[in-house]
Amino acid sequence: MKQRDPDLLLFHAPLLRQGMTTPKAMRDVLLALAPATLASMWFFGLSAVLVLASCIGGAVAAEWLFADRQARGESLRDATGVLTGLLLGLTLPPGLPLWMAFLGGFIGIALGKVIWGGLGQNLFNPALLGRAFLLATFPIAMTTWVPAVPEGGFLQVYPGNLALPFMQVQIDAMSAATPLGLMKFEQEVTPLTNLMFGKTTGSLGETSGLLLLLGGVFLWLRRDLDWRIPVSILLTVVVFSAILGLFDADRFPAPLFSVFSGGLLLGAIYMATDPVTSPVTPKGAWVFGIGTGVLVMLIRVFGGLPEGVMYAILLMNAATPLIDRYTQPRVFGRGGDSQ
Amino acid sequence: MRAFRRLRRNFEHGVHPAHFKEQTADLPIQRVPFGKHYVMPLSQHIGVPAQAVVTAGERVMRGQLIAEPGGFVSTGLHSPVTGTVREIGDFRGVDGRFAPAIAIEADAFATQQVDAGDGIDWKAMSLEEFIKAVQMAGIVGMGGAAFPAHVKLSVPDGITIRHLLINGAECEPYLTTDHRLMLERPEALLEGAEIMRQKLGAEETVIGIEANKPDAIAIIQQHIAPGDPVRVVPLRVKYPQGAEKMMIKSVFDVEVPAGQLPRDVGVNVNNVGTIVAIADYFMRGIPLIERVVTVAGPGVTYPANLIVPLGTPVRDVVKFCGGLKPGTREMIMGGPMMGRPIASLDVPILKGCSGILVFTEAETARRKEYPCISCGRCLEACPYFLNPSRLARLSKARMFDEMKAYNVFDCVECGCCTFACPSNIPIVQLIRTAKDDLTHRKEPDA
Repeated sequence: MKQRDPDLLLFHAPLLRQGMTTPKAMRDVLLALAPATLASMWFFGLSAVLVLASCIGGAVAAEWLFADRQARGESLRDATGVLTGLLLGLTLPPGLPLWMAFLGGFIGIALGKVIWGGLGQNLFNPALLGRAFLLATFPIAMTTWVPAVPEGGFLQVYPGNLALPFMQVQIDAMSAATPLGLMKFEQEVTPLTNLMFGKTTGSLGETSGLLLLLGGVFLWLRRDLDWRIPVSILLTVVVFSAILGLFDADRFPAPLFSVFSGGLLLGAIYMATDPVTSPVTPKGAWVFGIGTGVLVMLIRVFGGLPEGVMYAILLMNAATPLIDRYTQPRVFGRGGDSQ
Repeated sequence: MRAFRRLRRNFEHGVHPAHFKEQTADLPIQRVPFGKHYVMPLSQHIGVPAQAVVTAGERVMRGQLIAEPGGFVSTGLHSPVTGTVREIGDFRGVDGRFAPAIAIEADAFATQQVDAGDGIDWKAMSLEEFIKAVQMAGIVGMGGAAFPAHVKLSVPDGITIRHLLINGAECEPYLTTDHRLMLERPEALLEGAEIMRQKLGAEETVIGIEANKPDAIAIIQQHIAPGDPVRVVPLRVKYPQGAEKMMIKSVFDVEVPAGQLPRDVGVNVNNVGTIVAIADYFMRGIPLIERVVTVAGPGVTYPANLIVPLGTPVRDVVKFCGGLKPGTREMIMGGPMMGRPIASLDVPILKGCSGILVFTEAETARRKEYPCISCGRCLEACPYFLNPSRLARLSKARMFDEMKAYNVFDCVECGCCTFACPSNIPIVQLIRTAKDDLTHRKEPDA
């Protein structure tokens, strides 16, 4: 009996691939954020769960609504919508009305991603765009901070969370100031151990510096993250603070305080490293990181706001195409830069 | 810092695919029995096709010249078997196109002994005669590119070759032909190397071998007599260590300037198989009529390293290896990173064919392509420090001319970027498309 030849495919070489795929990389980031997310639930109780869920809900709703009818399932499966929602949620105050959180997630995806042409096309980090929208629209709710660990235990919800849309926002009676606010307006320094382990007032995800670093190390080991960006941001902040400290050690924040306070770790490790909105070239990553670090310190020290990570990253996002253009790598066998 | 870098014996970037060499690394080279039909395409190398010097019906001996070089960048062609020329006409080639070839029917009763002399007195030859002899012997680069070997020997005035570099990296996964040749024929390798070194006037011979072949390194070192100007350099296991410019960087820490050749930095690079072919011709009088081929991959029943007469249909080779397993989906001629897919089992083994790899479902599953997220993995992979992410985007937008500013022609299509891409974007194919368009495009008349 004559054996029939198999029908051969003509896929081009290389046939081999490394195991990593884009959805897997996104899931890695979710996994890296898990400890910090759980910590936020530990510190802020059910409110944290509700705010994060609202953000993710808003982001996924926008992703679903604006996707092609055929590609609906696909666009959700790559997990980028969930990631944007989670990242946005981690930058929000725990007492934020839930409808605002939902709106933030929705706007973040709609104006931050879909309108640019979807995954890979956007100029600005969608989560930070959503946050910028919320800060511009609801300035009071976005800057009202509540103390960590609600008095009634895990199940107690901050009253602000349940405010109805477009009603007068109830400002929590129990408001508190963030470490950066204390530093800027009252020259009061929060102990470093509190900053590292998360016993401070602040956004959901910016409380525990060590857990955020842990996730960053995981991402670095998995090669999901360009280490140059967080390293250059953090180094720049440390050097900048140290130089300021030479002038007046009492008035300006100490280097370690600068690193562990506010949203710097969350921003440097998880937001600035968003591959889509950061430079693709290795040299560009250094430029991007140093620029972000300088802007963070300028806004924190000389600006009117206590925190500047969000605007620093968004501004550098805008500069990314330009940075990419002027930092093309030196091609093998060619002396100078290619352009 | 520079001294430290030299110690590392490395080039920058590159990727680390799994080796998959266990399948055949320990299998001695076997000879494939002679079959019936042979097809010798007249163009088996870069450059001008050879011109047939036999006619249909003519009787040919194994090793007899059947086509002579059609120009300088062209080589001779010899009959792989004793038999009769059946036809000179167009046959389907590996790339799917019809190309002129000589079909030979083997004589079933011939002994298939090569009527070889005692070799050729290469020492008495002038360099020009030597180059001509290499050309007539049909010797091309056996690593895969099949660039005529004699062209590299003819060095323009003002350039001196100081090093003969022998490429035993074999960085492509699955392939073990060079590995087996180094293990089984170290004497021939060193003989060929000495002939080449003396004719080039080089100071020394350097044999670069990836460190995952310690047995080959040991055997060759044993065969080097004290005082011989030969040294073996173990190289870091990394793809594409066997790309000649990468190997020069690893061994000599010199970057060959873009658009120039290894000879411009005083190095002549040859594959292990090429050097053994040189030895076979000048020491034993056998021109290039057969080569070692690795048959491997998950879809082949009995993987093997084989000596195959050129022109043997892939079908015969696969049959000798026990046939294809059910579920075979794709066959590659060459390595899995840079090889070419073959459309039919009837294509012949060529001079540049280092392997026949058979793949099944898992390796050829359709991978969903995601948008580029500019993660930069391709930039970290590209050994030429190009920006494949940008090149792929430009190619998709059909902005081919803009790609020249990003040095698209420096790309050697090693496939590292595509290997590394988490979004499964066929980057190297997009670059190839652009290069092809830029090279062959006819400008519309104004």
